[in-house]
Amino acid sequence: MSTATALDVNDLHVYLGESHVLQGVSFSVAKGGVTALLGRNGVGKTTTLRALMGLVPRSRGSVEVQGENVTRLPTHAIVRRGIGYVPEDRDVFAGLTVEENLRLSERGGNGRYDLVYDLFPELRERGRQRAGTLSGGQQQMVAIARALLNDNDLLLIDEPTKGLAPLLVTEVAVALERAAELSTILLVEQNLGVAKRVAEHAVVLDGGRVVYEGAAGELLSNPERVRELLGVGGAGH
Amino acid sequence: MSTLVLLTITGLGLGALYFLIASGLSLIYGLMGVLNFAHGAFITFGAYAAWWITTHVEASAEAELILATAFGLVFGAVLGALIELVFIRPLYRRPIEQVLVTVGLALALGALVFGIWGADPKLFPDRPGEEISLPSWMIDTTTILGARIPNDRFVEIAVAVVVLAGLTAFLRFTRIGLIIRAGVENRSMVTALGIDVRKTFTFVFAVGGALAALAGVLSGIYFSTVDPGRGTSLLIFAFIVVVIGGFGSIGGSAVAAVAVGLVQQYANYYAADWLDWSGAGDVAVMFLLAGVLLLRPEGLAPKVAH
Repeated sequence: MSTATALDVNDLHVYLGESHVLQGVSFSVAKGGVTALLGRNGVGKTTTLRALMGLVPRSRGSVEVQGENVTRLPTHAIVRRGIGYVPEDRDVFAGLTVEENLRLSERGGNGRYDLVYDLFPELRERGRQRAGTLSGGQQQMVAIARALLNDNDLLLIDEPTKGLAPLLVTEVAVALERAAELSTILLVEQNLGVAKRVAEHAVVLDGGRVVYEGAAGELLSNPERVRELLGVGGAGH
Repeated sequence: MSTLVLLTITGLGLGALYFLIASGLSLIYGLMGVLNFAHGAFITFGAYAAWWITTHVEASAEAELILATAFGLVFGAVLGALIELVFIRPLYRRPIEQVLVTVGLALALGALVFGIWGADPKLFPDRPGEEISLPSWMIDTTTILGARIPNDRFVEIAVAVVVLAGLTAFLRFTRIGLIIRAGVENRSMVTALGIDVRKTFTFVFAVGGALAALAGVLSGIYFSTVDPGRGTSLLIFAFIVVVIGGFGSIGGSAVAAVAVGLVQQYANYYAADWLDWSGAGDVAVMFLLAGVLLLRPEGLAPKVAH
C-alpha cells in the first residue's frame, strides 16, 4: 500500500492512572525527513511515543503506519511493521555486551552493522564491554544503533541528546541527519537547536493536545511563537 | 572428619535438588514476574510420573530409571507449558490474580495427586518382584576420608552440575538465552525490539517444569520414596534459595542452593549431637535467609540472568 504519510495518529487518548495525559492527539508524519514532536515538560511527548509503540494502553483513537491500522497490534508486531524505537532513558541491557545488545535487536539476519559502526566506531571497539559500564553518551549510541541496525521505515526517537556533553550532542545530531536519509523520523527533542538543525516539520503538544502542526523552521525561527508554545527562548544554533 | 565429609556430600546432594527447582523458579520470576506457587506440583507430578513408569515397565534397573526420568522430565515440561498457556498467559498485567491462580493450582494439583495415589509414600523406584530397585552401583557406597557415601548422592550432584553448565551455556550462546537474559532486565524493551516475548515465557515455564520434575525424580532416589507432599516441602527451601541467590540469577541460585543444603545438614546434625535439638536445620536456614536479606536485600547476584 502506498501512502503519502508514514504515520497517522487520530484522536489518541491515554490515561496514566487517574491522569488523562493524551486528550485526543491527532497528527500526521510525512514520509521522509524528520518531524519534531515538541512541547513543555510533562505535556505527553514521551507518552505519545510509548502509546504509538503500544507500550502504554490507549483508551481511544487510532494509529496507522503506512496506511495500515496498527492500533490493536501488540508492541512486537508494530515493530515488525518497520518501526524502530529509541526510548528516553536509552534502556540498553546493562548485563549484555554491546555486541549482544545489537545482535538482540537484529531482525531477519540482515543487520546494517557497516552503517552502525561507520556512525559510531566506538561501538565496534567496545563490542565485548557490558553496556552497563558505558558512559551515558556511549549508551545513547547503542540505543540509536539498535534502531538503525534494521531497515526500518519509521524511527521514533525520544530525547536522544538528553544529558549529553555538547560534543556528543553534535555527534548525535550528525547521526540523526544520516538516519533521516534512510528512514522517516519522529523525534522528541528538548534541545531546540538540534530540532531546528534536523527537523523539517514540527508538531507541538500542550495540555495533551496538538496546538501546532507545520514547518519546523517557521516555528523555531519565531522567538515569540516559541515562547508562546514552548515556554522557552528561541532555538540556538 | 568422616562425619563432616558425609554431611558435606549429603548437603551438596540436597543442595543439588534445591538448585534444580530454584533455577526454573528464578528464571520464571526474573523474566515474567510470576511468583509460581504451582512449581511444587511440577516436582510432585514429575516424581509420580517416573514412579508410574517403574511400576508399568519391565526392564533392567538402569533402563527403567532412565526411561522413568525421561518420562518425568517430559511430563513436567508439558505440564509447565500448559499451565503457562492456559492459566498464566490470560493474566499478564494482573500480578495479584496470577499469584492467586498459582496458589489455587498448587492446592488443586496437590489434591489430585492425593486423590489418585493416596497419602501413603510410594517406594521409588517400585519394581515388583525384583530384589533391587535401583541399579546396584547406585546402592553401593564410596569411601572418602573414612566416610561411606551412598553413590546416588554423587549422581544428584553431577546432574545439578551438568544442568548448571548447560543452562549457563544456553543463556550465553543461544538467541533464546539472549532474549531471556535481556527480558529479565527489561521485558518491555525486548518487545520494543520486535521480539514476541510470550513464546519465551512458555519456553521458560516448560524448562522450569522439566527441571522441577527432574528434581522430583532425584528426590525419589534421595529419599527412596515419592509422596504427595514432596513438592511443597522442597518448594519452601527452593523459594529461600531464589531469594538468597537473587531473582533471575542461575549462578546466584547455585551458590545459594549449596549454602542452604550445607547449612541445613550441618545444623541438623550438630544441634542434635551437641544440644540435643532436632530440626535445627530449618531454623538455621531461616537465619541464613535473614542475614542475607539484611546485608544484601537484592540477593547474592543482581537481577541479571547468567
